[in-house]
Amino acid sequence: MTIEHPEAILCPGGPMLLRGNHAIEDPDGLAHGTTRPVSAVCRCLKSASLPWCDGTHKVLPAELRPS
Amino acid sequence: MDLPTPRGALTETLFGALRSGDDFFAVLSSLPEATPDDAALALWTLHQLHYRDLTGVPEDLEWDPQLLRARAVLERDLEQRLRARYTPPSGVSFTDDLFDWVAEHDGASLATHVHRDATREQVLELTRVRSIYHLMESDPTVWVLPRLGVRAKAGLMELLYDEYGAGNPNRLHHHLFARGMEASGLDASYGTYIDEAPLEVLEQNNAMTLFGLHRRLRGAALGHLASFEATSSLPSRRMVQGLERLGLPQELVDYYAEHIEADAVHEQLAVHVICQALLDEDPRLEADLWFGAFTCLDLEDRFARSMLSRWEIEEAVA
Ligand code: FES
Ligand SMILES: [Fe+2]
Ligand SMILES: [Fe+2]
Repeated sequence: MTIEHPEAILCPGGPMLLRGNHAIEDPDGLAHGTTRPVSAVCRCLKSASLPWCDGTHKVLPAELRPS
Repeated sequence: MDLPTPRGALTETLFGALRSGDDFFAVLSSLPEATPDDAALALWTLHQLHYRDLTGVPEDLEWDPQLLRARAVLERDLEQRLRARYTPPSGVSFTDDLFDWVAEHDGASLATHVHRDATREQVLELTRVRSIYHLMESDPTVWVLPRLGVRAKAGLMELLYDEYGAGNPNRLHHHLFARGMEASGLDASYGTYIDEAPLEVLEQNNAMTLFGLHRRLRGAALGHLASFEATSSLPSRRMVQGLERLGLPQELVDYYAEHIEADAVHEQLAVHVICQALLDEDPRLEADLWFGAFTCLDLEDRFARSMLSRWEIEEAVA
């Protein structure tokens, strides 16, 4: 009866959803804490709100989208 | 909320009857000849009985059988009209293909106009007429919650918890909009600007409440949700830039800024968690997911075109 409930979900072509509180370290070593119940971490690295996804992956050519 | 200004014989009769508590047979008999605007305002007002107080209208009319009958006739007409506009896509899977389908079907864009060219007056007008939606936001979707199986229910709750500020009223989305309105010198009480709202705004809101109130239409409600969330992050970024260009108050900017990141989460939750779980529960609902998704885009396109033509602007495409 236990239903699978992952803490992280990789979304095809888009971000990684992260449930709960986490800190994401950026390339400069700066930690960004999550602020909402579920966060979307950018995987295409083209977001204007890094480390968070802002939907920019949707306007990238298919080969630049995360798999 | 005060009753709106009537837009024809139907709302004239309906509002008179709501105030006097008369019997409503006259309302039923004026249904057939109502104009689209009159019918849409009547349905919108009948829906409001389920959401809030209407000045001078007894609360128990929410469940008056004759008014429910009138509501049912108006809702049936609306649903027929929405279904007549829709052609089902073929050879696609909702959870795999929704984002690409949305990208191909995006219509006229008010955010693009606000971003580059809109005047301050136009943005404030847009804020007033859109407040009919933004001051309630997810409220109609909450009605879907008890009708879902465990996984879809938990997923929708996870999304809604964020819409409602995760327990903090100052982060609750429709309250963020109210703060933006107040900072812009507007009245943020619900429904103040209903008389300015075009037919297209009434239809958008009526469709959301229709989908939310009927268990039968839960697929359409969640398809609408997915498509709405999937068309929010990028336009919200353009809204932020447009509002900053015009020097509008930070509180109004904050509403849209919040939706850049929030809806980048919500669109993924809606598709990959909520709609996926709904389909696992009942694969037959895929057809209504698409119907709801289409209706969301189509009504937004109609609304955008009506505002752009009101302002005599050539169509701005996303
Ligand atoms: S993954 Fe969405 S913007 Fe990068
Ligand atoms: Fe929201
Ligand atoms: Fe959202």
